[in-house]
Amino acid sequence: MSGAGDREAVFPTRQSLGLMKSKLKGAEIGHSLLKRKSEALTKRFREITRRIDEAKRKMGRVMQVAAFSLAEVSYAVGGDIGYQIQESARQARFRLRTKQENVSGVLLPAFESYQTEGNNDFGLTGLGKGGQQVQRCRETYARAVETLVELASLQTAFVILDEVIKVVNRRVNAIEHVIIPRTENTIKCKKPPKRSQPSFWTSLADIAQDINSELDELDREEFYRLKKVANKKQRDTAASDAELKKKMEAEDKENARASGGQGPSDLLGENEDDDVIF
Amino acid sequence: MASAADYKDRQFLAVIGDEDSVTGLLLAGIGHVTDPPDSQKNFLVVDNKTETAAIEAAFESFTEKRKDIGIVLINQHIADKIRHRIDTYTAAFPTVLEIPSKEHPYDPEKDSVLRRVRRLFGE
Repeated sequence: MSGAGDREAVFPTRQSLGLMKSKLKGAEIGHSLLKRKSEALTKRFREITRRIDEAKRKMGRVMQVAAFSLAEVSYAVGGDIGYQIQESARQARFRLRTKQENVSGVLLPAFESYQTEGNNDFGLTGLGKGGQQVQRCRETYARAVETLVELASLQTAFVILDEVIKVVNRRVNAIEHVIIPRTENTIKCKKPPKRSQPSFWTSLADIAQDINSELDELDREEFYRLKKVANKKQRDTAASDAELKKKMEAEDKENARASGGQGPSDLLGENEDDDVIF
Repeated sequence: MASAADYKDRQFLAVIGDEDSVTGLLLAGIGHVTDPPDSQKNFLVVDNKTETAAIEAAFESFTEKRKDIGIVLINQHIADKIRHRIDTYTAAFPTVLEIPSKEHPYDPEKDSVLRRVRRLFGE
């Protein structure tokens, strides 16, 4: 796994241990929340793609019908009306309105079509003949455009959701594969052996056991140091004791030698008393 | 990501298509010409003589320059001519929608959005 060896640069103290633990917990909570968000979005996304597929097929049919009604018009009018219509287009009667829909924190815009009243650019089209066909054709095309607008909002939602899902999944993966392992490594302070199961679900308690290895080591170090110090002290005292003793002995000897003549005579001493003869 | 201001005043549709499609859609009432002096149409009629550069310019103006267009409709056979532009167009607004024309039935294989759908689901 990438980044298995790296860890954050913190000092192994109890305080940063606590910080790291809360960070890990936060990351886990964030991970599960984001995961849920991504799932909700994906569900929505699949629904939208299915509807896009349907709408595209429907659009094919509707446009066919509309094209047919236009053919009817040119037959009835008996000439090309395209030019006339293109020239007389002034103000859009068919307009769009956008509204928003909230899907787990993502604002999805949706188009809604509406027709403004009272402006008709093509009032005179088909006045001579074929007015009925023109009218019908307009209705057919209006319905077709409504389908198109519906499809367009689905497509917009599709594009936006696609983007958002990518971002969310990237975050989920980053937390799962970078942040959590790194925090765990920081807590453990040593390279984990071979990761057999997903590290993410390693329980906190487990980590808490491993964790202290660094702190324990510090403790051991400290203990060892103290022991060393104590040892040294003992040795020093012993040495100084021995020296003192030697010094005292030497002094004693000196004294003894100095007071050999006039000093208090040895009671059991070697200069024996004269024998007393009765 | 799209912000609210990005699509609030997009209230028109634009169309790039052959004469029949454009006529029909204009009949439905989507045609709009902006106020003079720079009266801009929101539709472009493409025939055999129209150059690809003109189509591209119209597409660019509808998708990038004008801020009042919410949906761009384009005939699929015309979209094929500027396919590279359509495929690289990924913005959410305005939405580009490929529509069938009378002579050219709709082919879902060519649609850039449907192709993306297919790719995502690995079909």
